[in-house]
Amino acid sequence: MPLGDEEIKELHKKSWQIRKMIVEITFTAGGGHIGGSLSQTDVLVALYYKYLNIDPKRPDWKDRDRMILSKGHGGLGWAAILGDKGYFDREQLKDFNKTGSPFGMHLDRLKVPGCDASTGSLGHGLAIGVGLALGAKKMGKSWRTYVMMGDGELCEGSVWEASIIAAHHGLDNLTGLVDRNKLMIDGPTEDITTLEPIEEKFNIFGWETIRIDGHDFAQIGDAIEKAQETKGKPTVIICDTIKGKGVDFMENEFRWHYGGLDSDLRDKALESIDRYYSGILA
Amino acid sequence: MAEGMTWTVEDGDRLTQAEIYGDVLSQLGEKYTDIIAMTADLAKSTKIGRFEKKFPDRFINVGIAENSMFGIAAGLALAGLRPVVSTFAVFTSLRSAEQVRTDICYQNLNVKIIATHAGISFGQAGTTHHCTEDIAVMRSFANMTVIVPADGIETGNAVVASMEWPGPVYIRIGRGFEPPAYKNKDYGFEIGKAVKMRDGTDLTIIACGVGVLQAMRAAEVLEKQGLSVRVINMHTVKPIDRDVIIEAVKETRRIITVEEHNIVGGLGSAVAEVIIESGKACAFKKLGIPDIYAIVGYPEDLYHYYKIDADGIAEAASELMGKEIEEDEDWEDET
Repeated sequence: MPLGDEEIKELHKKSWQIRKMIVEITFTAGGGHIGGSLSQTDVLVALYYKYLNIDPKRPDWKDRDRMILSKGHGGLGWAAILGDKGYFDREQLKDFNKTGSPFGMHLDRLKVPGCDASTGSLGHGLAIGVGLALGAKKMGKSWRTYVMMGDGELCEGSVWEASIIAAHHGLDNLTGLVDRNKLMIDGPTEDITTLEPIEEKFNIFGWETIRIDGHDFAQIGDAIEKAQETKGKPTVIICDTIKGKGVDFMENEFRWHYGGLDSDLRDKALESIDRYYSGILA
Repeated sequence: MAEGMTWTVEDGDRLTQAEIYGDVLSQLGEKYTDIIAMTADLAKSTKIGRFEKKFPDRFINVGIAENSMFGIAAGLALAGLRPVVSTFAVFTSLRSAEQVRTDICYQNLNVKIIATHAGISFGQAGTTHHCTEDIAVMRSFANMTVIVPADGIETGNAVVASMEWPGPVYIRIGRGFEPPAYKNKDYGFEIGKAVKMRDGTDLTIIACGVGVLQAMRAAEVLEKQGLSVRVINMHTVKPIDRDVIIEAVKETRRIITVEEHNIVGGLGSAVAEVIIESGKACAFKKLGIPDIYAIVGYPEDLYHYYKIDADGIAEAASELMGKEIEEDEDWEDET
């Protein structure tokens, strides 16, 4: 069922809050992968606040849906959501990146409740997701597996190995999501190594593909529901996003892949986010 | 070994390590209904295909995609299953080192790996299919247990024991038939506990894998020359049995290690680490592949060429006996 206007409004409000948390954590952590954390936020918010069948009080619940952040450097943004969901006391996020903290830039499954797989080395998450989805099939379980990849990691051959295998096994309980923000560390993806046409590539590999605006909740919701309904093959949702989304001076700037904020920049970033949402929610 | 867990293999003294493991795993499949066996287009070569015949629904052949296979194994373990993965040692420890390390060991997942064609056991195939680096690589991964069985019978024991051993396990075996070091399986195999194959007071040979039988043969030759030789089967390279090494240092003062592996980073290095930390003088020699890529040839020829067969070990032993070491009678101050 398509998302209603009220639901979309609530999800925007949640994204607003999460984006501000991302800025705050980046400030207290002394730096972070803020650009990609902001680009992935709306898709993850839709999953965590609407679609995932999870229970933060029981992070090890066997029948929960699984979510793997293959773009592990988005861990800062992911941790903000997990903290807000109540998997742990969100006050702990003040220790992000600090010595001895459970929270490093790339989340560790054994230290962060809600983190279903430790990631960080790109190109690994999809294979782990294939294993989870295949495991669910083998055990006759109905939970679903979601894997969010960065677009840059599509350069990794292991993504395409895993894609072939997922299609071979008809893993319709697996949904891939590509945070297509079009920027890698060193610049625009298409300048470094051409990734497009991404849909055609996944299509040829046997996947159902959907391309959406990754900041439009109506489109995100429709795509996730279509993926849930697709039978006999896995679905990948290519989410066109903007790196740094919501912070005007970061948007589409690849130098904000990773960066630190002083208190002035933090304030500017928070103000920019407020302006962005006052426009959307007006 | 797991209580109540038994396995049987007919003609155990004539089967390869891989054949025995394939049969044993198939037997384990009855008890452990969560085993999922996996390979990357090497079902026949690794003999994991024997499990497939019995449990086709619990077998996954990913095609020639080792990296994804180990990632998928991690996912299956996260789902609550018990993946047992098999491919050649070189692909496991080198091509897929990062997946094994990051996806499996870092997350301390219950994945058992049986790596075949290790060392120079696929000698004719050349360096691309040799693997003389895997012990070094695998023992450097935190959470990983590394087992190098001496023969087929010990391989069976290791596979059985690994089922009840927590976390990831790397079991390293060869390719073809090697004469067995053991006559039967009931010698008390325990992960992490070395087996004293014979006692002696002049010299200790610490070996793993095919080196164990060669060490036994060398000991017999040396005995005829009047030397009393202890032979230790260090089947578990990690966690290594420190006590048995310290005891050998104390009691024999001369140690030779034998392995089908580069002399850099493998069993010899692991033993040397323990000796050095003991603070005691010990004449010491590592036998193995001398930090080169091995020549092509039949394994038994290569074992002779690289002096890790009985002749080579006996020769090294004679040399080591001639080496002077600083005697230290005061053991009690350190132990």
